[in-house]
Amino acid sequence: MEPISFALLESNFQSKIDRDIKIEPKDWMPDDYRQTLIRQISQHAHSEIVGMLPEGNWITRAPNLRRKAVLLAKVQDEAGHGLYLYSATETLGADREELIDDLHEGRAKYSSIFNYPTLSWADMGAIGWLVDGAAIMNQVPLCRCSYGPYARAMVRVCKEESFHQRQGFEIMMSLANGSPEQKEMAQDALNRFWWPALMMFGPNDATSKHTAQSMKWKIKRHTNDELRQQFVDVTVPQAELIGLTIPDENLKWDKKTNHYITSPINWDEFWQVVNGNGPCNKERIDARKKAKENGKWVRDAAMAHAVKRSAINLLTA
Amino acid sequence: MSEKEWPLWEVFIRSKQGLNHKHVGSLRAPDAQLAVDNARDVYTRRSEGISIWVVASNNVFASDAAEADAFYDPANSKVYRHPTFYDVPDGISHM
Ligand SMILES: [Fe+2]
Ligand SMILES: [Fe+2]
Repeated sequence: MEPISFALLESNFQSKIDRDIKIEPKDWMPDDYRQTLIRQISQHAHSEIVGMLPEGNWITRAPNLRRKAVLLAKVQDEAGHGLYLYSATETLGADREELIDDLHEGRAKYSSIFNYPTLSWADMGAIGWLVDGAAIMNQVPLCRCSYGPYARAMVRVCKEESFHQRQGFEIMMSLANGSPEQKEMAQDALNRFWWPALMMFGPNDATSKHTAQSMKWKIKRHTNDELRQQFVDVTVPQAELIGLTIPDENLKWDKKTNHYITSPINWDEFWQVVNGNGPCNKERIDARKKAKENGKWVRDAAMAHAVKRSAINLLTA
Repeated sequence: MSEKEWPLWEVFIRSKQGLNHKHVGSLRAPDAQLAVDNARDVYTRRSEGISIWVVASNNVFASDAAEADAFYDPANSKVYRHPTFYDVPDGISHM
């Protein structure tokens, strides 16, 4: 393509974005925009399905039938979220199977939070409350993302997420109001998940390399630090209300800015986990691979059946 | 084909009696019946629908996004197709 017409296409594209006109799959878009979306949406999709694993760990050990039914419904929703998102990547020309291979071969990233173990039932509470809570903070602005299919997927996801957070908070609240041992369990889960939850928003703005361009394209509407601050501000009073303590001795309310100030985040830990050295990275990917291998005969049988039936339909037509 | 992925289907859902089926997304399934079954699990877990259509994605023929301006242009000059184009004198009602 000639350079002049490319510049024109690009300026038309940016002007649509500036006027808040959504970009749809068949519209012209710069290759970088397409690649950025495929990377972001597929990482998001991987996070949804890897995120099923730490909670799946407790389905058979839920303390009662109600909790079990709720946890099952939540984990099933996460599978659905993964599917909406993989579908959105396919509208950009990505191949779902290749994306999943990238995940399984360690070429793709997913949210580092899912590389932490779930050691007690209280972790189901902490995950719903903090991890889904942080995910909601991230996802609500994505409902207005410039790419139509991603924005529409996020609208569905956000509708479903709100019950996820509430069921988690309910678990924490019950434990916090229970016996001293139960309360201790809840506090221990909060202690372990608080910092990883804050890390979910990604690196500090100063070191986040994709933020500026993503904001210009309206893929992103707020910076990592803005969203993290918002999360801290709403979550601290929730912990106080149920009598749990945020594990940060420097945490204080700043009257001047009307925000909480936290201790600095241990970014070394974050990068260790992102780069594959978290407590459960290997276990998660192994579980994903095993699920794919063990399901192969079912997928093959379904396909063989479909082929056979379409052949019969052709003969009898 | 059996070595490769299941085909892609577009999913349309009627949310209640009296409304159109509306596109909600897509999914992969080996055949149309399983596409409907999967669509139920993926897109109607909270009673969002009472009827599902699936269409193989490669059967959808779409208008050309790059030609959209020219393609829809003829309608732009025909403002007389809208009732607001006409002046109705004061005192006239039911029109
Ligand atoms: Fe989710
Ligand atoms: Fe969730």
